[in-house]
Amino acid sequence: MNWSFETLKRIQTQKGVQGIIIVTAEGIPIRSTLDNASTVQYAGLIQQLVMKARVTVREMDPQNDLTFLRIRSKKNEIMIAPDKDYFLIVIQNPTD
Amino acid sequence: MMASKRPKSTGDKKNDSADSAGSSTELGLPDDIFPLVLTSGTQELFECRVDKDVTRESPYKILRKEEILKDMKTRAAVSDFHPIKQTVLNYPGEELLLMFDRDFTCGQNFYLVLTEESKKRILEPPVSAREDTAEGTSLDSPPCKTPECQPWVSLGSEREIEEESVRDSRPRLKYRISRVRRKFGAPVTFTDCNAQESKDKYTECTSYDDRKFSIERMEITTGVQAVPTLRSISTQTRWTYPRNMCSQYEFREFTEEEKENIANSENFRNFVNSVVSRFEVAAQQNMIFDVFFNDWQALHEEDGIFGGKVETHLKEYQSFTDLHFTKEKTISDINWHPTINGLIAVSVMEKLSSEGKINGSAKLLQNPPLIFFWSFSDPINPQLLLECPDDVLSFQFCPSNPNIIVGGCMNGQVVLWDVSAHADRLQGTRSAAGKATSANECALPAFQDKRELNTPVVRYCAVSGVENGHKARITDVQWLPENFEISKAGIPVENKAHICVQVITCAPDCCVMFWDIRLPRVTTHSLTERKPKVTETPHLNRSDVPNTFKHLDLSWKPFIKVALPKKGTGAEYSPLKFSLRDNMNDNQTGGSTETSEQNLEKSEGGTEYALLRASSAKQLKPLEDISTRFYIGTQDGEVVYTDWKMEKDNDSGRLLSTKPSHCFLVHDGFINSVRRSPFFKDIILTVGGWTFAIWKEGVMNGPIIHSSCSPKKCTVGYWSPSRPGVFFIGKEDGNVEVWDLLEKTHEASQTQNLSTTQITCIKPWIVPPKQHFLAVSDHSGTLHILEVPWSLRSPSYNEKSNMAKYFEKEVDRLIFLNKRKEMRAKEKKDKEAEEQKKKMEPKMPEKLEEQIEEENLVHYKTYLAMEKVILKNMGLLSDEEPALN
Repeated sequence: MNWSFETLKRIQTQKGVQGIIIVTAEGIPIRSTLDNASTVQYAGLIQQLVMKARVTVREMDPQNDLTFLRIRSKKNEIMIAPDKDYFLIVIQNPTD
Repeated sequence: MMASKRPKSTGDKKNDSADSAGSSTELGLPDDIFPLVLTSGTQELFECRVDKDVTRESPYKILRKEEILKDMKTRAAVSDFHPIKQTVLNYPGEELLLMFDRDFTCGQNFYLVLTEESKKRILEPPVSAREDTAEGTSLDSPPCKTPECQPWVSLGSEREIEEESVRDSRPRLKYRISRVRRKFGAPVTFTDCNAQESKDKYTECTSYDDRKFSIERMEITTGVQAVPTLRSISTQTRWTYPRNMCSQYEFREFTEEEKENIANSENFRNFVNSVVSRFEVAAQQNMIFDVFFNDWQALHEEDGIFGGKVETHLKEYQSFTDLHFTKEKTISDINWHPTINGLIAVSVMEKLSSEGKINGSAKLLQNPPLIFFWSFSDPINPQLLLECPDDVLSFQFCPSNPNIIVGGCMNGQVVLWDVSAHADRLQGTRSAAGKATSANECALPAFQDKRELNTPVVRYCAVSGVENGHKARITDVQWLPENFEISKAGIPVENKAHICVQVITCAPDCCVMFWDIRLPRVTTHSLTERKPKVTETPHLNRSDVPNTFKHLDLSWKPFIKVALPKKGTGAEYSPLKFSLRDNMNDNQTGGSTETSEQNLEKSEGGTEYALLRASSAKQLKPLEDISTRFYIGTQDGEVVYTDWKMEKDNDSGRLLSTKPSHCFLVHDGFINSVRRSPFFKDIILTVGGWTFAIWKEGVMNGPIIHSSCSPKKCTVGYWSPSRPGVFFIGKEDGNVEVWDLLEKTHEASQTQNLSTTQITCIKPWIVPPKQHFLAVSDHSGTLHILEVPWSLRSPSYNEKSNMAKYFEKEVDRLIFLNKRKEMRAKEKKDKEAEEQKKKMEPKMPEKLEEQIEEENLVHYKTYLAMEKVILKNMGLLSDEEPALN
């Protein structure tokens, strides 16, 4: 448990990172640095988006797969790394 | 009997006909054959032995002519062919046909065909003979032949017949049943009995599944016909009333245990490992370079308007002068109406000259001083006039209720107006741009209310008592914002009413006073006191004066008086202007109509000010984040930083105001503006004399920026509401200077002349969304409304942060400067001390010359010794060399 924390700390200490969430493939959060309400909300919404993105990529080419998803908004940037069973979601405030 | 040829049985007919032709000459043989007798020896020789080589079926034999001739030669007369020697020699062909004549039809057992044609005819008759015979049969009537009974040829069908036929496999069983004799002849009853009923009547072999044996049907060919059956069915359901159903759900979550379990799993580890590297790359990318930053757009913001002339000048939008009232008068204060756009109020007063002041009281009755309400829609007629008891130097709209106006007069009185009755009229001015009158209801000119054409005059509804207020002219009046109020001890506490209830005033009589528009807590004592005062009022209650502040009229008292004693000396500061840190209303410049509309709604709900009571300080919660310190600009050009909190004096037990903590003499003349920046709460602009200065609260060394002396006096200053680094300075000669600190700090970035007399007041205002106005008043009583161009109103990219950095830099510079000063002072002191010390030291007696020489010799000797040692150590000097002397 400590070990995974440390690894996540590496990301967290990067400049501008606002929060990190790890969710299962179903969208249930496992670890988070944000408050519960935000975590759950992000988890639910992003899970659907990632599914959709993955299907899109794979339909065009079945050999292909989604490795990284970045959503840039006016205020911040949401980065998602999907895997077989889990996702890692990082919300970052880019240079400003 | 004629000789008949018999090549084949089918060729009979032809032969018969041929024979019949030949049979006409019964005796004579046909020409082309010659019967021969061939002995067995000859037969063997020519291989035409009877019944061996030549038979009935194949009666011909082809002989070669040469062999016949050879035979004749060898056996001469004995040869069988002797008689036909001549014919054989004459025979044209090579081969001769020998026919076997079995039946001796030609007389002998053989005959020789002598001609080629016959030979051919014999050898090649069959085809034509057959055809002829076939034709022959159809032509002739076929003889009916009864089919002969052929013997049975079995093709295997007996077996099937055998299988199909039914035969007794065993002889039939016969049973003979007999009964007892006595029953002979008795009737018999036969019944049927079901064999299945009783088990012992029969035995059966039931079928059973033999486990060992099973046949699997691999394939069945069946025919299926599928026919859809159609049926119409209807049912009636009961439609109950519709119900709203809602289900409550919550997010699925893992328990702590499960989370731990998952976090420890191998899978999870792998995932985190693989994913973290991706993220580091991505996050760093973001930090290194912002991909989505639109350079083009950002460039645009910095440049401003591109192409064409860049408007930088303040354009004159409108100007207001009233010929009746404002002749020979000056405008002392401007205020924009907080909620109604396009409405501006100016306070007009006599021009301050010493003679005028002395004679002022006489003029009061002739021309009572007024506050004018101007609207953009009507440049000639003011919308409203407020009557003042005396010249008003400063006034302000109540932020929570714009119908309440407080003003401070020349004689030290604080005045309150309530214009709620005319609020509609004022509101109407907003929409009626260009219309002469605001009323839409009366269309007929004859019946129009005359009052609407004339500007209404509103009398003040409450004024403080002369003895309770200031002793000098009130130069600054400000409402306290609605989120806090001040208790009797000067502690800011929360304001439960959420309306502005307190006013601060200051005057050159060296005090700052806090007033509350509510009555103090009711005690029976004050009630009795109040009543007689009310009846004593010399002023008659005019019918058109609203009763909002009746409770304060003439009895209004400040609840805190803050004195400003000077440090050291017994004198006091005489404040002219002040600025609080948390007064949000200080710089209210429009653009945010929402909060003010909310306030309006609250106040329209009907706050009876008369019923409001100041609450006890104990009940209210003190607010920690409100600063009680404020800046004051004095008449002597000092900037004072003091605290209004009252301290308890230990000796007398009374509440005394604290001594000001800092005082700076910076300006050369009296200070006429102390303004906080709307973007930075701790940056203050003070204008006075020939300079202006910018201060940062907290930096107590001095102003962070102090302008150079300008040739003309600066009369007023105000920050720009939209650009953090821009402020306006009004000058004595009627110039308005626009200072942009990010552009130039040593001089104004823009100067514009507006009038010939000095500028008395500048107030900017934002009409959302895009119009920025600057109201400038001058000494001759004219109010100019200027429009602020785009370059002056829209902030440049990152202007706020740039300004913040600039101020910080200035602060650092100041601190550094001070440090240097200290250092220099210290240095100077040290140097002086040293010099002093030198002077104080006793003089040493002069040494004699010999002594000096002796000393020198001693020194030289020691030097030589040292040199020797060093050289020795370096290895340059050997031990044998004698020491130099």
